[in-house]
Amino acid sequence: MIPRIYIPGDSGALALGAEKVAKAIAKELAERGIEAKIVRNGSRGAYFLEPMIEVATANGRVAYGPVKPSDVKSLFDSGFLTGGHHKRWLGAPDKIPFLAKQTRLTFARCGINDPLSLDAYKSLGGLKGLQNAVAMAPADIVKQVTDSGLRGRGGAGFPTGIKWKTVLDTTSERKYIVCNADEGDSATFADRMIMEGDPFVLIEGMTIAGIATGATKGFVYIRSEYPHAVATMNKAVEIARKAGVLGVNVLGSPNAFDMEIRVGAGAYVCGEETSLLNSLEGKRGVVRAKPPLPAIQGLFGKPTVINNVISLASVPIIMDKGAAFYKDFGMGRSRGTIPIQIAGNVRNGGLFETAFGLTLGQIVDDIGGGTATGRPVKAVQVGGPLGAYFPRALFDTPFDYEEFAKRDGLIGHAGITVFDDTADMLKQARFAMEFCAIESCGKCTPCRIGSTRGIETIDRLAAGIEPEKNLALVTDLCNTMKFGSLCALGGFTPYPVMSSITHFPEDFKPASARVAAE
Amino acid sequence: MTMQPASTEIASRTAAIIQELKGLEGPLLPILHEIQEEFGHVPQAALPVIADGLNLSRAEVHGVVTFYHDFRARPAGRHVLKLCQAEACQSMGSDAVAAKIKQLLGIGFHETTRDGSVTLEPVYCLGLCACSPSAMLDGEVIGRLDDEKIDEILAEVRS
Repeated sequence: MIPRIYIPGDSGALALGAEKVAKAIAKELAERGIEAKIVRNGSRGAYFLEPMIEVATANGRVAYGPVKPSDVKSLFDSGFLTGGHHKRWLGAPDKIPFLAKQTRLTFARCGINDPLSLDAYKSLGGLKGLQNAVAMAPADIVKQVTDSGLRGRGGAGFPTGIKWKTVLDTTSERKYIVCNADEGDSATFADRMIMEGDPFVLIEGMTIAGIATGATKGFVYIRSEYPHAVATMNKAVEIARKAGVLGVNVLGSPNAFDMEIRVGAGAYVCGEETSLLNSLEGKRGVVRAKPPLPAIQGLFGKPTVINNVISLASVPIIMDKGAAFYKDFGMGRSRGTIPIQIAGNVRNGGLFETAFGLTLGQIVDDIGGGTATGRPVKAVQVGGPLGAYFPRALFDTPFDYEEFAKRDGLIGHAGITVFDDTADMLKQARFAMEFCAIESCGKCTPCRIGSTRGIETIDRLAAGIEPEKNLALVTDLCNTMKFGSLCALGGFTPYPVMSSITHFPEDFKPASARVAAE
Repeated sequence: MTMQPASTEIASRTAAIIQELKGLEGPLLPILHEIQEEFGHVPQAALPVIADGLNLSRAEVHGVVTFYHDFRARPAGRHVLKLCQAEACQSMGSDAVAAKIKQLLGIGFHETTRDGSVTLEPVYCLGLCACSPSAMLDGEVIGRLDDEKIDEILAEVRS
């Protein structure tokens, strides 16, 4: 048997030098005259171990990481092709604690094989959900998804099945499935990982959505900051078309479905669904007022399912194993699993898929291992740039849509950024306003003007000018933005601002008072 | 520096791109991306051609081009260095990294060095948030920026 060496081609691994490692291994193989096959897999998501390479041995896979190009010679000398011991030896990848503790449903295949091998996809259960779906009535597929309890993983948490039902029940000669892959929130990379590491699961999920709602055309709108994801998805769509997964007869059934990959152009607001639809139509990415709902009048005025990547990529397992199987995971009204992305100043950063219900403290301290700098955790921002900053005092909050809402936070796209005690929360609050000002589409006044006035007011606070008056002004402004903005950009910017003020009041005292206190 | 193409040449190459892509549903963004790929920016001379080809007003085309951060009004430097400035990277010191690079290059964000070697831009998230602070140099991703990696980047853009 020719040895197989797996080296991730995921952009996170590439950013940490996977390409140099791959070249060094290829060179070493040539010099030593060893025949081996290098497979470029996705990432399993343990970024603190990337670049993590794996070799297939007689006793299963053995992982090594984080591998540097300078480790390659000694890896060969240690006999890593047969699992030999080395300082980078990690053992069987499924036994690495960070990975072993996870419940991988959506990411079951991500990072294991060549993402563009349809055979490998099928060998690990791929296309089973779609095979079931083509034999079912659309209403039954929608019911299955509704019963699973799956809620939109993009952030809003709206029940996916109900969205689909609206589209199914709306009569039109043309309908669309739009996948929102404009993953702009800092701390999130789940969409990128699945598109780069298991693209067929997204294609399968979108095709099921098409069959369930009567839509025959899909678009994946990927942000331009993700060139690797764009390239992988384009290739995967081409392969799926050739294999008859996409086309006029999906898997030989009478159902037609095809899709196109589209690339955004650097506007954060296009992650908002109506703005994304405008952008796909070739317009300015300005937010639309709702109603009409996209499910009734969406892309080009036609009924449109618009779902996040992870929502759609979770559908195949639901259609394969059934609604009850999926619903069995989770807590309260948050059913199934959620890929938590642990990021920022954290020792064990990466993607951790698990059932809803872990506490924030378990995620940050036990799984994340605390800060990378080794200093105490001061704050964690949950849910991206529009999410609240939580102090350690709220670390008992369970990871659940409703529990976070109760504490004036949100789980959003499930990204968590960890900050150590050097973080200045006034600066973070100011950045939230600044980011809103840079990215506002300009349609509504609270967001367009409020964000700029917010920066100015926080600057006056920082300078110690009438602190009480300006603090009251920021609070009032946040209230206006929260209730007066058309979409989540202006409407949720108050979350990071107000949570910083509420939980870290000492950072908002005038600089002179802060110095005096120290 | 490469020679700027004449406006008649821009018009004819733009027309060819429109011809190729106008069959798509919602073709404007794909066309603009292709034009930027072709010319390195979206030249003013291309706008009336697009407006004509897609039956839009020039104002509409101008509105779309200027809405999106990606479309450039003028060519960038030979290299484009994007530094992530979003929260996850902030938590790992992206401010200090940006300050150092700005100082070493002698330019700020949205500026190009006088010799045309590099354009520096902020970016809000590259999806490398577990490998912060991160950057993108000419489409290549770089994570966990430290002094050594900054030196490598600068050596590359200056060569």
